[in-house]
Amino acid sequence: MTNIIEAEGLKKRFGTTQALDGVDLAAREGTVLGVLGPNGAGKTTAVRILATLLQADAGRATIDGYDVVSDAGKVRRTIGLTGQYASVDEHLTGIQNLVLIGNLLNLSGRDAKARGLELLEWFGLADAAQRRAKTYSGGMRRRLDLAASLVGRPRVIFLDEPTTGLDPAKRQEMWDVLRQLVTDGSTVLLTTQYLEEADALADEVSVIDHGKVIAHDTPDGLKRKIGGQRIRVRPADRGRLADVHRILAEIGGNEPQASGRDELTVAVNGEDALAATVARLAADGIAVTELSLHLPSLDEVFMTLTGERAGTDGAAHTQTSDDQKEAAA
Amino acid sequence: MTDATLTKQSNQPARRPVPQAAATSTTSVGYLRHIVAIAKRSLIKMARTPEALIDVTLQPIIFLLLFTYIFGGAIGGSSADYLQFLLPGLLAQSIAQAGVSLGQNLNSDIEKGVFDRFRSLPIGRSVPLVGAVFADIGRYLILCVVTLGFGMIMGFRIETSPMAATAGIGISIAFALCFCWISVFVGMKVRTSGAVQGIMFLIVLPLSFASNTFVNPDTMPEWLQTFVKINPISQLVTTMRGLMIGGPVQESLMWTLVWMAILLIVFVPLALRAYRKRT
Repeated sequence: MTNIIEAEGLKKRFGTTQALDGVDLAAREGTVLGVLGPNGAGKTTAVRILATLLQADAGRATIDGYDVVSDAGKVRRTIGLTGQYASVDEHLTGIQNLVLIGNLLNLSGRDAKARGLELLEWFGLADAAQRRAKTYSGGMRRRLDLAASLVGRPRVIFLDEPTTGLDPAKRQEMWDVLRQLVTDGSTVLLTTQYLEEADALADEVSVIDHGKVIAHDTPDGLKRKIGGQRIRVRPADRGRLADVHRILAEIGGNEPQASGRDELTVAVNGEDALAATVARLAADGIAVTELSLHLPSLDEVFMTLTGERAGTDGAAHTQTSDDQKEAAA
Repeated sequence: MTDATLTKQSNQPARRPVPQAAATSTTSVGYLRHIVAIAKRSLIKMARTPEALIDVTLQPIIFLLLFTYIFGGAIGGSSADYLQFLLPGLLAQSIAQAGVSLGQNLNSDIEKGVFDRFRSLPIGRSVPLVGAVFADIGRYLILCVVTLGFGMIMGFRIETSPMAATAGIGISIAFALCFCWISVFVGMKVRTSGAVQGIMFLIVLPLSFASNTFVNPDTMPEWLQTFVKINPISQLVTTMRGLMIGGPVQESLMWTLVWMAILLIVFVPLALRAYRKRT
């Protein structure tokens, strides 16, 4: 299957900051590609290049086979963009915002209005259609902004941190909308700093840090790649923690970690470890209040992936301060 | 509580199919329609923020009052005579100044990200700027009506003909449409909208005062008189005076048109280039 979004070796430099340092991205039609990374990792820069707002210093990118530089016009017909900051016009009403976009997309006045009302209805903004966007809450603005990017029924949708700053309930609502988009066949590139968001929405995730893709896989694949599964046990009687520790150490072949109050976690190889754990706990008569086999969370994945980098930086830093100490002595 | 839960519907119910973005955007008809759509946006904004119209409503009134009654007697012999001299000139210099807010507005639109959406749409690159410039005609018209209307209440009389005066207003609006591209260019170049105002003030103020707007330049030092003569605002002022209270028009009108062409040739490409380069 060919990729509808494809980027190779994108580089972009702003002054002394290398925002992108050779980024490859790819998404198949009808899937959600999550681009995950901390603030300043280069996510927005990558989106702006793909959405034809910015030209890369090096590398190339295509949307549906069209080059984002030489065929920018055709790319713009294919995409919808929802920026990091809700870019609705505060002085226009909800419907006026959407009709404006419709008119710019060559819809007739009637069609633009019909499409606008349809989208407002879908986003639960029908009651606020005649109100100025200025009076909208943060969540409503985000939805209006997303609606504006969907007026032309784009096949590829770029969402740059669509839920940043939303409270958890509103974020959940946004997720429902985004899932709907994909069932309708659109391809979505979603940037986020929320690991659970990528986990909840994305088919594949590219982890980006310091302008480089440091991992690309499915959310599950990524978790698997980073480390095996883990078994977590919480004995009913905390007096038995030492016994649990001994058992887990034997089964996992490595040192169990305290993962919470009176709770131990150990990395294991293979799913049959769970049965073995259950059997050993039963044989020793240890009652448990919690026993689970799980993949590491995406949080743990991210910490592992970027933590290594941070680790080397840290080591270098320690080295320097040691040198300074020596110099001082 | 309009912030209601989302209705779970499909994105594509489309009982009545809405056509996909058609491929006409590159044609001139499409271009014009897009400009109209953008201009409409600016006009709605204008109507909703009347406080942004102070520079084309209250300001010319205050200027008329201040200059006529404070300086009128001293400079022009009598307030009434000075008003006849001042009003066409004041109209010309205020209309040039009226474009300053355009650059400010465009600058803050870009900062807020409104233009990112426009730039991601399949429309001509210049559409958002050109549309906003055309919408500014609304502000220039308001300025002309307010200045002329209030001036007449104060006793200003058109000494030529309504036709000639109307032509004068038309020319000054056309001039403003060219002059405002300086403001658009500055708006694209600088980082904050406050800076647009600061820079434009530095450009407009000398052009306004080192001209024949408020006084007869005969008493100025020679080098300054040379500047006054070249100054595009002086040329517009002379033209406006000719068309409103009588006097030779031909030469100053020609120079006004030359200046308009120069402003367009220089600042439209500069503004578009700065807009394209802006990230």
